[in-house]
Amino acid sequence: MPALIDIAKNSRKVKGHHPWPRAIVTADTWRLTIQKLADGAATLLGLWGDAHAVHMALLDEGPADIVVFTIECPDGNYPSVAKQHAPAMRLERTIRDLYGLKPVGLPDTRPWLDHGVWGVKHPLGSHRRSSAPPPAYAFLPAEGEGLHQIPVGPVHASIIEPGHFRFTANGETVVRLEERLGYVHKGIESLMRGASLQQAAQLAGRVSGDSTVAYAFAFSRAVEAALGIPVPPRAVWLRALMAELERLANHFGDIGAICNDASFSLLYAECGILRERILRTAYGCFGHRLMRDRIVPGGVTQDLAPDHIPDLRLLVELLRRRFPELIEIYDNTASLQDRTVATGTLSLELARQFGAGGYVGRASGRTFDARKALAYPPYDQLGFDVPVLQEGDVNARVWIRIREVEQSLKLIDQIIEALPKGAVRADLGKDRAGEGMAVVEGFRGDVLAFVRVDAEGRVARCHLRDPSWFQWPLLETVIEGNIVADFPLCNKSFNCSYSGHDL
Amino acid sequence: MRRLLAKNLLSRPLTEAPPAADEASLKELAASVTRAARRRLGRSLAIREVDAGSCNGCELEIHALNNAFYDLERFGLRFVASPRHADVLLVTGPVTKNMRQALERTYRATPDPKWVVAVGDCALNGGLFAGSYAVVGGVGDVIPVDLHIRGCPPTPEQLLKGLLALLEGQRRPAVRS
Repeated sequence: MPALIDIAKNSRKVKGHHPWPRAIVTADTWRLTIQKLADGAATLLGLWGDAHAVHMALLDEGPADIVVFTIECPDGNYPSVAKQHAPAMRLERTIRDLYGLKPVGLPDTRPWLDHGVWGVKHPLGSHRRSSAPPPAYAFLPAEGEGLHQIPVGPVHASIIEPGHFRFTANGETVVRLEERLGYVHKGIESLMRGASLQQAAQLAGRVSGDSTVAYAFAFSRAVEAALGIPVPPRAVWLRALMAELERLANHFGDIGAICNDASFSLLYAECGILRERILRTAYGCFGHRLMRDRIVPGGVTQDLAPDHIPDLRLLVELLRRRFPELIEIYDNTASLQDRTVATGTLSLELARQFGAGGYVGRASGRTFDARKALAYPPYDQLGFDVPVLQEGDVNARVWIRIREVEQSLKLIDQIIEALPKGAVRADLGKDRAGEGMAVVEGFRGDVLAFVRVDAEGRVARCHLRDPSWFQWPLLETVIEGNIVADFPLCNKSFNCSYSGHDL
Repeated sequence: MRRLLAKNLLSRPLTEAPPAADEASLKELAASVTRAARRRLGRSLAIREVDAGSCNGCELEIHALNNAFYDLERFGLRFVASPRHADVLLVTGPVTKNMRQALERTYRATPDPKWVVAVGDCALNGGLFAGSYAVVGGVGDVIPVDLHIRGCPPTPEQLLKGLLALLEGQRRPAVRS
């Protein structure tokens, strides 16, 4: 079978798509590609709609390479990817909801993000008015003696985002979990259309608040690729500094919250203190605790003042000093280990098939980390390891986070040491058009951004794919056979984004 | 673990002095909440958080209120798991159309007297998401709001100032508008 890149070479290449090629392919080539996905010869990186076309981003994991294939569908139909490759299922249901393009052969034809209350059908396609009452959502059946259902959400019992979980259980044991998402769908891709680059960057930074840096980073890189803008070296390094601070803050939050879901509040409190220290340092350095709106196309909006470097050093020193004793408690508390070890196990095979990103994939043997595999700057100049485990349980997902904390501290050391001098923002120029794509490693996994900028410098199309798209379906599989009470642990160890997924 | 606990017992607490209640919030509350309601709520408020469409940024900072630095519970403010146990609904996000019904039901499930605090710039008027086919608008477009706490997201300190105004407002005589 030909390699992805060779298929791309033999197809109609689209001019001005950077840095990876985009090619318009025939239905036959599209089917051949689906076969490659089904055979495990490539990983699905993204699948999104456009005006009368569908784009599919693919990752060749050998020496990491990316191509985008586009199938034109003037009659509104295209061959379904999900028919042979399950990870595409919800993405295709979404393309149907938003664009009205029909994936022929799609096994699950229920709507996904469209709950029937928008007042319009296919908001990014025909935008047809619709006042039909919302149809009842048909959950998948689970039949058998002694089964009962537990509906949970969309409003949950703690301070988390909304989504619906439908459990079918036999006594304590979960037989099936089905998720229903889309509650926080804000129509971001429609707001993107026609937005100025500045507005669009703000929107990108509000796709998933916990990953605001990663999204702004990915969006900005996509725009810079599209317009061919070189970013000042200092800005490139400051972006990585923010990205690592964001990763640290989230990993500490998650490690504490997972322990809290096992009723071990000591570590929750201790990790909460470290998280707060990081956010306060971020505020001191960049003027915002979550570092929102600090990364923009062309660079960053705020330089790091020299007198904040000692604060960063102090923070790194504090985290290095305090964290080991917390890890020791985590590792030596039998009641905690009892809850996390061998709970919610994700198989290596499923992690690979779904191209699961972040700690979910890396706790189940998948080595992909966009910082390493795609080596975007400044990570190509920095030394760090990508921790990988094979166990795939809640405990492994905790340990990946612990190891990544250590790596992020190492990265921050190097960034502070070798931070280049100079400007932090480049001029975007005017009247330039183009298409660009970027993949950036957020704390949760790889964020994909695709953007088309029109001749007036406005966004014609922007698609942002959260890592959660390929993690949410896996959460359904890991809870099977576990007890209901372990669901919060499993869920927190995945910590998928609702907002990032629902867009 | 014992070593850590002993060390924590012997070191100074991290919890910081509370900020003063926000004056603007006090004014907004005085106009909306009757004195009788305040008396009945007393000095302890149970809060139910509802994400009606936020990007989860506000949730992160609301979570932070529970950490050792802000320690929300020392003021008698605590988060509860059900709207049926709540005095206050803390609502974030532009209200999405897909969440509208859930928010209305949560409001109806909360016993009277109750307060609604809208958190974040999106909760005020839909923020950057206003005008989308999928968004209703601010929280006030769906349920009555007593207090707005601005910010994207508001810092824990801003949240604390607003919430303290709820408690403070009960001690001061209400100014009716």
